[in-house]
Amino acid sequence: MAEAFWLEEKNGEGDRLIFEAGGAWDVRHAGGLERRLRNVHPPATRNVTFDITAVERLDTAGAWLLHRVIKSFGEAGIVIEYAGVRPEHKVMLEQVAAADRPAEVPPKPSGSLVEILARLGAGTLEAVEEMRQVVGFFGRVMVVLAGTLVRPHRLRFTALVSHMEHVGFNALPIVGLLSFLIGVVLAYQGAVVLQRFGAEIFVVNLIAISVLREIGILLTAIVVAGRSGSAFAAAIGSMMVHEEVDAMRTLGLDPMEVLVLPRLLALAITMPLLAFFADMMGLLGGGIMCWAVLDIAPTVYLERLGDAVGIWSFWTGMIKAPVFGIIIAVVGCLEGFRVSGSAESVGRQTTRAVVTSLFLVIVADAMFSIFFAKVGV
Amino acid sequence: MAEPPVIRVEGIRNQFGSQVVHDGLDLEVRKAEILAIVGGSGTGKSVLLRTIVGLIRPAAGRIEVFGTDMGKAGAKERQRVETRWGLLFQDGALFSSLTVAQNVQVPMREHLDLSQPLMDDLAALKIAMAGLPPDAGSKYPSELSGGMRKRAGLARALALDPDLIFLDEPTAGLDPIGAAAFDQLIRRLQRNLGLTVVMVTHDLDTLYAVCDRIAVLAEKRVLVVGPMSEMLQVEHPWVHEYFHGPRARAAQDSLAATSVAAGGTAS
Ligand SMILES: Nc1ncnc2c1ncn2[C@@H]1O[C@H](COP(=O)(O)OP(=O)(O)OP(=O)(O)O)[C@@H](O)[C@H]1O
Ligand SMILES: [Mg+2]
Repeated sequence: MAEAFWLEEKNGEGDRLIFEAGGAWDVRHAGGLERRLRNVHPPATRNVTFDITAVERLDTAGAWLLHRVIKSFGEAGIVIEYAGVRPEHKVMLEQVAAADRPAEVPPKPSGSLVEILARLGAGTLEAVEEMRQVVGFFGRVMVVLAGTLVRPHRLRFTALVSHMEHVGFNALPIVGLLSFLIGVVLAYQGAVVLQRFGAEIFVVNLIAISVLREIGILLTAIVVAGRSGSAFAAAIGSMMVHEEVDAMRTLGLDPMEVLVLPRLLALAITMPLLAFFADMMGLLGGGIMCWAVLDIAPTVYLERLGDAVGIWSFWTGMIKAPVFGIIIAVVGCLEGFRVSGSAESVGRQTTRAVVTSLFLVIVADAMFSIFFAKVGV
Repeated sequence: MAEPPVIRVEGIRNQFGSQVVHDGLDLEVRKAEILAIVGGSGTGKSVLLRTIVGLIRPAAGRIEVFGTDMGKAGAKERQRVETRWGLLFQDGALFSSLTVAQNVQVPMREHLDLSQPLMDDLAALKIAMAGLPPDAGSKYPSELSGGMRKRAGLARALALDPDLIFLDEPTAGLDPIGAAAFDQLIRRLQRNLGLTVVMVTHDLDTLYAVCDRIAVLAEKRVLVVGPMSEMLQVEHPWVHEYFHGPRARAAQDSLAATSVAAGGTAS
């Protein structure tokens, strides 16, 4: 089978060289053509003729490759003549030559030490900037919230209820299941250690304190950040991409009021309810395990529970719930608004929403611990 | 015997829920012609394009492209046809996480074996041919204006030097000078490469200047197909209004004026 394309060198009269091109010079053969043309260098003669009579198909890719060779010849000071150029090929070559201009290639990152340090610095600054934005955003949300308190009819009640259903009610199964299992694990692990000292009854204290004070609410926060914080960021982010948020502004709607407030209030209201549910499921899981492994009857378990923890253990957990809810909502919405343009940016900000809100939740939790220790509850 | 049509659509039926968009729609596109599809908003022009390229599966009917029955073709056959066409979506549909140049290179990377420098060159070439400034190549779609996104979409549609190109409202959102240049570009590509063009357009100037035939979509099917001169004779009220409205007359007059001027200089 003959080659689909070719380029042959022949000697003409005098020192003239003739390049005969033929076949299909098109994009489907561009890879092969490119490899073929790599071996073609400007010859030492002054005069070259390009004979393209035999070229059957010339599209922009083929014309470009031909143009590139001819240009390199021209730069080497060779006088070029054409032969057998059909009108349609002539137009093609002209068009390609007209569109020839230096491509702007963006500089590639070099990966040197300076580069790494610069990236580190930029990353740090960005983190600081993000914290500043979170605080600033929180402030703006509070202003809008205060405005809504004065004029409660401005609150989007339907949106609030719908968000409460999604972030609260629909999260019940997963929150309940996880807390129940953690209660079971705590009871089992506690029993293994405490049995050695004959102190298995203190398993109840262990469960009560850890579930009520920390685990119930933290577990809820983790699930909600993963479920709802990310959903907030993705929803608002894709609205940013499609200019829906801008459209809202031009229609005189305040995105803070329409998008952020219902989500924030929904989380602030449902987080305590979810945390309460998580507490109960955790205690239930622990109780069942105590009964099964340690033979502590449910009545005894309940009695011990009452003795072991004061009511403040319960409240220290519950107080944190709305705060964590607000943190997750604020960060989720803010990261949504920080989306710029691309679909990839939506993904990035969604990840950030989860990571940042969990980070802030843990920081806040630590501060609560210190505070509660100081006031002695 | 005449050459077989590039596209043959027979008895297409499309339906979303209870809403029937097409019913018994037939259409033929000949080789190396520029066919325009016109019709009111929501008559299913975009849906028809999406059906031909296989993004929507019709409830009934047959679609043949380059002689391949797209309903029965295997994956390999389909792919061979797919590398021979390019599509410009109504809203650009660029990949938002890639720069314009990378967008143009996506089909090259997928279907051809080219070196990176050559792909960079070819991408720059297509970007220039679509009428974008050189610095547009390194920009992201979100950093472009609406008209520029359209041109970038065209550059991507042209990436593989296709034989068949579908354009969904290519000149909508372009400035009049840009739109006229775009018309000429399409004309030139069609002449030089034997390109077949199927475009949805409402731009009457485009219809007059470059289109060989016009297909009018109404009443869930292709009502009439033919060159401009035939369209002017059609009695159907919508078609009549479309081609005889004030805007149509203005476009007709301007075309007549330019051809007179061209004739004047030639003689
Ligand atoms: N994915 C979809 N689901 C449901 N209905 C759809 C879908 N896509 C299109 N339609 C309906 O099909 C009809 C035709 O839509 P299409 O986008 O083809 O209109 P068009 O002719 O391109 O209009 P325009 O000139 O405004 O672009 C419309 O009534 C639209 O509501
Ligand atoms: Mg459309």
